[in-house]
Amino acid sequence: MTELATKEKVYQLLAEVPDPEIPVVNIIEMGMIRDVVILDNDVEVFLCPTYSGCPAMDMIDTMVKEKLAANGIENTLVTLVYKPAWTTDWMNAETKEKLRKFGIAPPVGKASSKKGMLNQELVACPQCKSTNTVIKSMFGSTACKSLYTCTDCLEPFDYFKCI
Amino acid sequence: MDNLNLSKFCIRLGDHCLIMAHRQSELCSNGPFLEEDIAQINLGLDLLGQAEALLIYAAKLEGGSRSADDIAFRRPEREFQNFMLTEQPNTDFAFVIVRQYIMSLYLLKTYQVLAEVDDETLSGIALKALKELTYHERHFGMWLKRLGDGTEESHERTQTAINELWMFVGELYEEDEVDLVAQKASFAPTGAEMKAFLMEHISAKFTEATLSTPDSIYMTTGSKKGIHTEYLGYLLTEMQYLQRAYPDAKW
Repeated sequence: MTELATKEKVYQLLAEVPDPEIPVVNIIEMGMIRDVVILDNDVEVFLCPTYSGCPAMDMIDTMVKEKLAANGIENTLVTLVYKPAWTTDWMNAETKEKLRKFGIAPPVGKASSKKGMLNQELVACPQCKSTNTVIKSMFGSTACKSLYTCTDCLEPFDYFKCI
Repeated sequence: MDNLNLSKFCIRLGDHCLIMAHRQSELCSNGPFLEEDIAQINLGLDLLGQAEALLIYAAKLEGGSRSADDIAFRRPEREFQNFMLTEQPNTDFAFVIVRQYIMSLYLLKTYQVLAEVDDETLSGIALKALKELTYHERHFGMWLKRLGDGTEESHERTQTAINELWMFVGELYEEDEVDLVAQKASFAPTGAEMKAFLMEHISAKFTEATLSTPDSIYMTTGSKKGIHTEYLGYLLTEMQYLQRAYPDAKW
C-alpha cells in the first residue's frame, strides 16, 4: 500500500459500488453504508442490510472488498449492522429520481407513517407519471418491491416499498 | 439473560423461521399464479434472513464451537426446537395461508417484545423483522379473508386447513424453563399474554373471513423437547442434503 487509507477516500470508492439489483444507484445513495472506521491498515465498513434476507448482501460484501483491494486497501472487514433498521427514508430526492428514470417507482411518503408503510399512498407511474395505478401484487421482482400496473399507459412497473 | 439460555432462546426462534422459510421455498414454481409464487418465496426469504441473523448470534453466544450453518445443517431432528405448526406441509394453498397467518401473529408479538430489550443485536434483528412481519400479517390475512369469504370450495378447504392445524396452536403459548427465564428478563411475553394476543387477532380475522375457530381442546406438545410430527424428518432430509453429503462445501 502506497498511502494510508482515509475515510474520505474509502467513501469515494464505496460510491463506485453499485447496488447489484439496481445498478443506477450506489450503495451509499441507498443508505446502506452506516460508517467507515480506519484502524492503521485495516478498514471496517459498517453495512446495513435493506431486508433480513436480501440475497444481494454477500455480493455487496464481496464487491466492497474487491473495490477497496483494487485500490490498495487489502484488509477490509465488512460488518453488518441492524440497528437502526434500514429505511427508505434514507434515500434523498436525487436517488429517488434515479430510480424513477430507471423505471422503478420510488417510495412515496415516510416509512414512519402507517399510510406509507402499508402501501396506501398514491403511486405514480414512472413512465407517464399518471397516478391512475393499481397494485397487482404486494411483492414484485424482489422483497423490497411491489408490482403495479398503470391504467393510463398500461405499463406494469415495480414500486420500491416504503419500509 | 445468561448466554446459555439466550443462545437456546435464539435457536428456538431461529428454528421457527428456518423451517417456515424452507416450507415457503417449496412453493417456488408451485404457487397458484406467478405473482403469488414470487410473493410467497419473498416472504420465505425474509424468514430465512431472520433465521440466519438469529443463528449467527446463537453461535456467537455459544462461544464459537459451531457455526450458524452447523446449527442449521448438522443437527438431527430431535435437536430442532421449531413448533410443529411450522413444519406442517403445504397440503394445499389454504394450509400455507392458515399456518403462516397464525405464525405471523406469533412472530409479530415476539418481535414487538424483543424490539425493546437491552440487547443491541436482538433488538436490532427484531426492529428489522417487525417491518417485514407487518407485511406478512397483512398478506396472509388478506388471503385468509379472500379464501374464507370466497367460493364455497375455497371456504370449505380453508376451514378444513384450520380444523387440521388447530391442535398445533397450543404450543405457541406453552411455557418451559427457557421461556420462564426469557420472560423474567422481559425478553418474551408470558404464555397467557401470547395466547390472548393470538386469540384476539385470530378470532377477529376468522369472523371477518366467515371462518370458525374449532371447539376441540386437544393440543399437541413436545417440540421444545425435540418431539415433532413425521414431516420434519423428510423436510430436514432435503434441507440438509448438501451439507450432509459434502460436509463443509462452500459456494
